[in-house]
Amino acid sequence: MKFQFDSLDAFMQMKGHGVYVWASYAIVYTILIYLTLSPLLQKKAFLKQQKKWLKLQESSENV
Amino acid sequence: MGWQWFHRLGSPRWFYEKTEIWIPWLTILAWGLLLVGGVWGLGFAPEDAKQHNSYRILYIHAPVAFISMSCYYIMAISGAIGLVWKMKLPFMVMKAAAPIGLALTVVVLSTGSIWGKPTWGTWWEWDARLTSYLILSFLYLGVIALQQAFQSRDTADKASAILALVGTVNIPIIYKSVDWWYTLHQPATLKLVGKSTIDPSMLYPLFIMIIGFYFFFTLVLILHTRTEILRRESRTQWVRDLVLGKAKKLPEESAQ
Repeated sequence: MKFQFDSLDAFMQMKGHGVYVWASYAIVYTILIYLTLSPLLQKKAFLKQQKKWLKLQESSENV
Repeated sequence: MGWQWFHRLGSPRWFYEKTEIWIPWLTILAWGLLLVGGVWGLGFAPEDAKQHNSYRILYIHAPVAFISMSCYYIMAISGAIGLVWKMKLPFMVMKAAAPIGLALTVVVLSTGSIWGKPTWGTWWEWDARLTSYLILSFLYLGVIALQQAFQSRDTADKASAILALVGTVNIPIIYKSVDWWYTLHQPATLKLVGKSTIDPSMLYPLFIMIIGFYFFFTLVLILHTRTEILRRESRTQWVRDLVLGKAKKLPEESAQ
């Protein structure tokens, strides 16, 4: 198995197809990162909001 | 014993706690394979004789197309289980699968379109494969829209489960469209029966990517389902305890 391109420039250009190939890979990996991170961020936001709400409820019960 | 395992599967809390330990492993496996397969496909797989370097899009386009259809079956089967056994967890899985499926279809349509330009000379053609696949993405959109359309959680779940089930008829159509109609899209390269029409040097990275994407899909489905569980179970004591950081583990034998 060997690297198929002679230089970094050839790797980027891919004989004229580079723009299509790199754009596709960029779209895919961006969406994959989004799919991985979005539930984690939503969970974090949920826990934060819920914690605030529960604390508020607790303090109003104590009054 | 007996049916206890089945009822445990229906318990959101059980699912939430059991999947916790899988997440780091799945993350390492999925992202590891996707990075290795991606680099291999981009730089080390040989150039194609006809399509030249544009064929490298295959390594992301085809595996995502597979999982976008598997995702649809999982969504529909979860909906069916929810409808038949009136369990909560399958509906949460169904709801979690819909936006993932939509994102995957966007990936497949956009990479396919980008691949089409240098190969077919057009970004889009209303042929059987492309059109039936576009319908798949509308079905995902429909399920997401139905989830938002009702005040009652129960009605929304039932309506989207029915839509998901009806839509399954589209999956074999997508799969067979390249054989049934004369289309621009090339026929399947990998075949379950018969010889695949791809050289091993191009097949290995594809194989790695397919396995990587399946691990990735399992990971994100679990992550999205866990978030959905927290939202829907926010009033239960175990989620309250979890929020306040005093969560207790579920005892081994009484998982409900």
